Parts: sequence; C-alpha cells; structure tokens
Amino acid sequence: MTAVRVGSARRVSWVDRFLTGLRIVLIALIAAGLVAFVAQQISVDNPFARWRNPDATGLTGDQLKGLVVTGIAQGSMYGLIALGYSMVYGVLGFINFAHGEVFMLGAMSGFVASNKLSANGYWESNFFGSFVIVVVIAILVSTAAAVIMERVAYRPLRDSPRLIPLITSIGVSFFIQNAVLGLLGPNSHSYPQLPEWLAKSRSILTFEIPGTKVMVMVVAALSMAVLWWVVERTKTGKAMRAVAEDKEIAALMGINVDRTIVLTFAIGGAMAGIGGILWGLSFRSVTHLTGFLPGIKAFTAAVVGGVGNLGGAMAGGVSLGAAESLGPQLILEPLGVSGVSQLRDAVAFTALVVVLLFKPSGLFGERLSEDDRT
Amino acid sequence: MSPVLSIHDLTITFGGLDALSKLNFHVDEGEIVGVIGPNGAGKTTFFNAITNLVPPTSGDIRFAGESIVGLDPYHVTELGVARTFQNVRLFPNMTILENVMVAQHCRTHQHAFGALLQTKAFRREEREIRERAIEVLSFFGTRLIGYRLDQPAFVLSYANRRRLEIARAMATQPRVLLLDEPVAGMNPKESAELTALIGRLRSEWGFTIVMIEHDMGVVRDVSDRVVVLDHGETIAQGSFDEVSNDPHVIEAYLGRPVEGAS
Repeated sequence: MTAVRVGSARRVSWVDRFLTGLRIVLIALIAAGLVAFVAQQISVDNPFARWRNPDATGLTGDQLKGLVVTGIAQGSMYGLIALGYSMVYGVLGFINFAHGEVFMLGAMSGFVASNKLSANGYWESNFFGSFVIVVVIAILVSTAAAVIMERVAYRPLRDSPRLIPLITSIGVSFFIQNAVLGLLGPNSHSYPQLPEWLAKSRSILTFEIPGTKVMVMVVAALSMAVLWWVVERTKTGKAMRAVAEDKEIAALMGINVDRTIVLTFAIGGAMAGIGGILWGLSFRSVTHLTGFLPGIKAFTAAVVGGVGNLGGAMAGGVSLGAAESLGPQLILEPLGVSGVSQLRDAVAFTALVVVLLFKPSGLFGERLSEDDRT
Repeated sequence: MSPVLSIHDLTITFGGLDALSKLNFHVDEGEIVGVIGPNGAGKTTFFNAITNLVPPTSGDIRFAGESIVGLDPYHVTELGVARTFQNVRLFPNMTILENVMVAQHCRTHQHAFGALLQTKAFRREEREIRERAIEVLSFFGTRLIGYRLDQPAFVLSYANRRRLEIARAMATQPRVLLLDEPVAGMNPKESAELTALIGRLRSEWGFTIVMIEHDMGVVRDVSDRVVVLDHGETIAQGSFDEVSNDPHVIEAYLGRPVEGAS
C-alpha cells in the first residue's frame, strides 16, 4: 500500500514536465538576453551582440543608472501599496482588490488639495507647508476610505468563505472608480508643477537623480521604517500579529479583534495614501482609472515578495519596479524584440511567473499561521 | 461570600443536541475546582461558554455578580477570566516573550500614537510589560527564560508549550483561571511537577482555578471540590473521595452493572 503511494508520488506527470520545460526556457531566455547585453556593452560590433539585434547600440553608464533609479522609485511606490494588500491578507486571509482604488483616492484627493493650494498661490510660496497639508489630506481620505470599506463591505462577510469578500472587493473597486468618475469627470487631472529646487536633478554617488525620485524614495523608506517599527516593536503591532495568527485566541488574550482589523485597514490605507501622493507628484496626472494598473502591479509585488510578509511586500515592490524598468533594455532589446519600452507591463507579470515557477511562496517565503488558508 | 463565577441553568444546544442542559455551577474566590466527566460530557463546551466563544442557548453566567452573557470574548478577558486549551493554542510564529507580552494587551493603556512619539509613559509601560512577562515566565523555573525568550513558540517541546500557554493565561491577570486538561500528554514526572505548580498558582498568585482533567491523580491532589459532568449535566459534586464513590459517577464512567449480577 505504502509502496504504491510512494510510486505514484514519484511519477512525473506531463504538467511537471511542462513546468520544468518552462523554467528552462525562461532561464535560457533571460541568460541569453543578459549575455547578449554584456556582449553589446563590451563592443557593439561583437558577433554575439549582432546575433539577434543587428541595430544594437548598447547603453551608456548614465542611461543604465537612470533606469535603475527609475525602477527603484517606481518600485517603492508599488511597495507602499503592496503593504496594504499584504497586511489585509495576513489578518483576514483574502486579497482586497479594492486597495488599488484606495491608492487612487489618495492621489485624487492630493490633486484636489494641491490644486486649491496652487490656485491660492500657497503652493508656490510655501511648498513645504502645502506638501505637508496635501499629504495629510491624502492620508486622511485613504484611511477613511479603507476603514469605511472594511466596515460596510467586509465585516458583514467576516465568517463567509474567503472567495466572497474577494468578489465583493472587486465590486467595491468598481463602485469607487465610478463614484470618482461621477464626481470629477473622466478627464485626466494634473497636479501643479513642483518647485524648481525640488524637481532639479542632483548628483548623489555619481547617480544623476531627479529630485522628485529622491523624494519618492526617501518618503517611501521613511514610511516603511515607521510601519515596520510599529508592527514589530509596539503592542499594537503585536496585537495585529496575534490576530493574524489566531483571531479566537487573540480575543481571549483581551485583544479587541474588530478594532485591530480596522487598524490594519487604516494603516494599509495610510500607506496607499502616501503612495498616491508620490505617484501624483511624480507623474503629475491622475484619472479615475489610475488605481487599476498600479494596484495590480502592487498585488503582483506582494505575491513576489511572499504575501503576508511586510518586508517581502516592500522588497517585492522594489524588485518588480527594477525588473520592469531594466528588463526591457537588458534582456528584450539585446534579443531583438522591437518596441521594448512598450513591454514594461509584460515584463512585470513575466517576472511574477518566473518567481512563482521557482519559489511558489514568493521570495521571502511564508509567515502565515497554521490556520486553514484556503 | 458570593461566588466569583456562577452559572445558572445554562443550556447550549448544537443542532438538536444539548451539549449542556440546565447546568448549575459556582466557584468561590480562592477555590480550586476539578471538573471531570467522560468524553463528550460537555466539559470543553462549558469552558467555551464561560469565555463566550459559544453563545448560550439559555441560562445565565455571572462573573463577580454581573452577567457576562453576550459580551465579546476580549471583554470577558478584561473582566478577569483566562483559559488554556486542551489542544494547546499559542501564536506559533511569535516569540515566547511576545506571546506573553501580547496577553497583557487589555491591561495596558498606551496607544499607537504614544508608540510613534516614544513618549515617556509609553516606554515605561513597555518596560513594565516586559518585566511582568519575564516574571510570569520565571514561574516555570528556567525553562522559558534566558535564550528561550526570543525563540518562536513553535520550537518548544510539547510540555513547554503547555507551560507557555499557562504563562500566557497568567499574564492576562485574571481572577479566574480555566485550565483545560493541563497535564494531558505529559509524562508522570512532568505532570507531578505541574500539579505542584497549580497549587502554587493559588497560594502565590491568588488565582481561583477551574480545571478540567482526566488524570484522577492530579484531580485528587489539587482540587478542593470536584464536579462531575455527564451528558451536559452535573451528576455529582463534593470532595474527591465523595464523588469517586458515588454510584452515578461509577455508572457514567464504567456503565451500569448487568441486572442481577453482583
């Protein structure tokens, strides 16, 4: 009996073969792309560089550094949003697909606030003060949105199968998108100019970095540090982790589970609000659909990092940002794919597939309770 | 003296089955009560009802004179009831120190803002929680302190997990401690040691204890009074010697003697 079971467990199914094949093909493609890129950097006339892409030009050092910086800045915004996905998943065990809209609400309210301030001239005269006001407003709006969402849409479904809040979250997402569409119209809204002293490029460690990206990275790193500290070191964070591990026991330890869940949504919402402001200031244009793609990418980042793991969410965000920024130039271009700059999204999601093929629980594994996650 | 915990006509029905029917129970301050009964007698349901994990179908549960029916479980803990589980339930990924620190959640007052601003009050409280956690863990000798403090709970041996669960219940600063089979699965030496500790829980920490236990040696050694449940009803209560000779109890455990046989 046992022998039979061992035999059947060892049998390699065609799915396994297919997956192994896929792994080999993807690794071969990445390796070939990178080798061709290196060859092309050494000399453009190198036969290997010419092999797939006869028009190869290679990248200058500054271009490469620029791509790295863009990737990290973009990735830290994904990371900020991914934190919300990961925290809610950790505590409630479902993916809140409306989290991207929380981010969009942050960006939108930031636009409304900064536009008002700009109309008064305060934006130009006291940028720092108005920046603080805008950030505070965005955080308040996003936090409120996340908390109300939990109260109205998810708490009544707390005890239902996890698929149900998941589907609800898609509905909530459509609701918020259309509410914003109704309130502010379908046009894209532009943030006011950033002041010259902030936007200008500065040279840090030989990297030529636009000030906006410095700001994005600094603010993201600060927020992440504060969040990590709250979760790991304070009793509020301990309560959150206790609720994530076992809600019933947490309640018996005197923890108000409902309040802790609200707090989790609030913190995730605040992070998304900060992300929204940074997004608005970097790209200076928001619409009611702004939340969709970054939301999906941030979800991807959370999965890449290992969903439920906060450090993983941030690391996943940064790696995903770097992958989608560098991937097209470093791997696809040397392989002779045309129009590579259009392929960022494809690269990002391929990166997800690659990570999951090799490490199904994400880069930083699993830190979930033994609770039956289905 | 009015009992610290009293239960009046408590009935809990699952589907058509009465897990508890018209149960009456009380425990006085400073008493150790052993609850025994065959499997399926409703002992764990009885604990679940007190901690409000299952809602009673009818009847009343009073703690220090106030009804606690319908309160949230965290509120019951706040009032002063703590419990352990038959199948140990820790926070396996949190460290041993954190497991005990988190149990003091309802006894603390500082909020996240204090944490963010690192106020003096917050730091003092955090230090107190930590010291108290270590004090509670020291109750079990050196088993759970020292290098153990920062290890995740899942690395502990079975007996140590049981000890940690008791430490965690102690840390909520209860008046009544409910222990669900505290020595289940322990070897004779460990269970003798824990039996002694249960006595000290009352004499040194002042807890009132209600204990479900199958090990009759332990029940005899620590209980002031023994309550026997069967089919959700109290069939006997009194001192260990009284109940162990009670014909109803013998019948519940061993079955009715065949008619006519002696």
